[in-house]
Amino acid sequence: MIAYFIKYSDKFYNAFWEHIQIVVMTLLISIIFASIITILILPYKKVTNIVIQLFGAVYSIPSLAIFALLIPVLGLGRSTAISVLVVYNQFLLIRNITAGINGVDASLIEAAVGMGMDRWQILYKIQIPLAFPLIMAGIRLAVISTIGIATIAATINAGGLGSILFEGLRTVNVYKIIWGTILCALIAFIADIGLKTLEKLAVKKVEI
Amino acid sequence: MKAAVEFQNVVKQFPGAGYPSLDHINLKIEEGELVTVLGTSGCGKTTLIKMINRIYEPDQGKIFLSGVDIEKLNPIKLRQGIGYVIQQIGLFPHMTIYNNIATVPKILKWDKKKIDERVTELLELVNLDPEEFKNRYPAQLSGGQQQRVGLIRAMAANPSVMLLDEPFGAIDAINREKLQDELIKIHEQSNKTFIFVTHDINEAFKLGTKVLFMDKGKVIQYDTPEEIRKHPETEFVDSLIRSGLSGQNYVREGEGI
Repeated sequence: MIAYFIKYSDKFYNAFWEHIQIVVMTLLISIIFASIITILILPYKKVTNIVIQLFGAVYSIPSLAIFALLIPVLGLGRSTAISVLVVYNQFLLIRNITAGINGVDASLIEAAVGMGMDRWQILYKIQIPLAFPLIMAGIRLAVISTIGIATIAATINAGGLGSILFEGLRTVNVYKIIWGTILCALIAFIADIGLKTLEKLAVKKVEI
Repeated sequence: MKAAVEFQNVVKQFPGAGYPSLDHINLKIEEGELVTVLGTSGCGKTTLIKMINRIYEPDQGKIFLSGVDIEKLNPIKLRQGIGYVIQQIGLFPHMTIYNNIATVPKILKWDKKKIDERVTELLELVNLDPEEFKNRYPAQLSGGQQQRVGLIRAMAANPSVMLLDEPFGAIDAINREKLQDELIKIHEQSNKTFIFVTHDINEAFKLGTKVLFMDKGKVIQYDTPEEIRKHPETEFVDSLIRSGLSGQNYVREGEGI
């Protein structure tokens, strides 16, 4: 099995990097979109609920179905895959960011308003730091979910570890399936540890 | 004396409420007074002070701060010039005591040395050792200590008016007494106007240089504690005084006629 890996290491290596690229790109774009959407909807409770429900509905659609639906519109390839993954992540990210920010004690906001802080100062000095643990939890969920769903993106030629997994399935090659799975899990594991460390470092600064 | 805060015919009714929270309020609060606003819950006392920093806007009438119509001021700038203390204290848990106190000076872009000096001076004012406390977080302080910090945080940028909404309501009796004594001292040392909402009649008469009685959105009586005690305007005031006050010692010394 290890011999198999070494023999085809170039292929594995490429798929591994492609996968990481898809995940990182997706994540960056997702966070940017989620931040913009959150800032726009945050002052309106009802709109917030509707938006979260809509993204929740989208999140519940199987990814294969969405990929199939979007091929006529966006075509095959990596950008289609990333678009879909970004839309999926909006549910996880927006839900957690708004929950975190709205969960900040109302008396803190009252004190901040009363002291003459404007909306932006309240957001970046009070709400975001206090919502940070929940925001990070949302990002971690999004990472794990993206790593998983990105494998299915191989069905629309987006590359990544999914292509190895699907090849394995088609040719009934157990080595490919096992190695694809291991590498996928490895990315998830590294990402989780990395984000947890980042979170700890950041929380240390604000810890009581 | 010049009026620090003036209400002219102010009306405020919240949607869904059967009666106005503030019903044609006309009121002049002179500079340097410590006015205690007294009344039962729902009488409009909290609404009254939250109109001054424009957390609520009047339906009718005008409010003046040192002669300036507050409607013409930017609410953010207005609030930066008014101290605001709430019962829940609202210290920011992720910031040190220093950073909590420095909040408004930092927004106003004071230089660091000036902020350092101000924080030290304020902590000393409420008998908290600056070296010991400034790097602590709010959760490491007792309730009484936290409200002291809440108080000086509101004073940090030298506001001319301080609004206090039942600041000692959640503090145990012994510490409340101490805080009240400190507040009297702080008020006497500063020449600021304090407006202090409370439902505790003893607190109102102990602290106030003037007491403002409110009922059902109206000002019932506004006078010095002695005058109110001697000449209660209505039976409501009289009964409140009888039920609540337990003797002469609840009036500030030196306030007599």
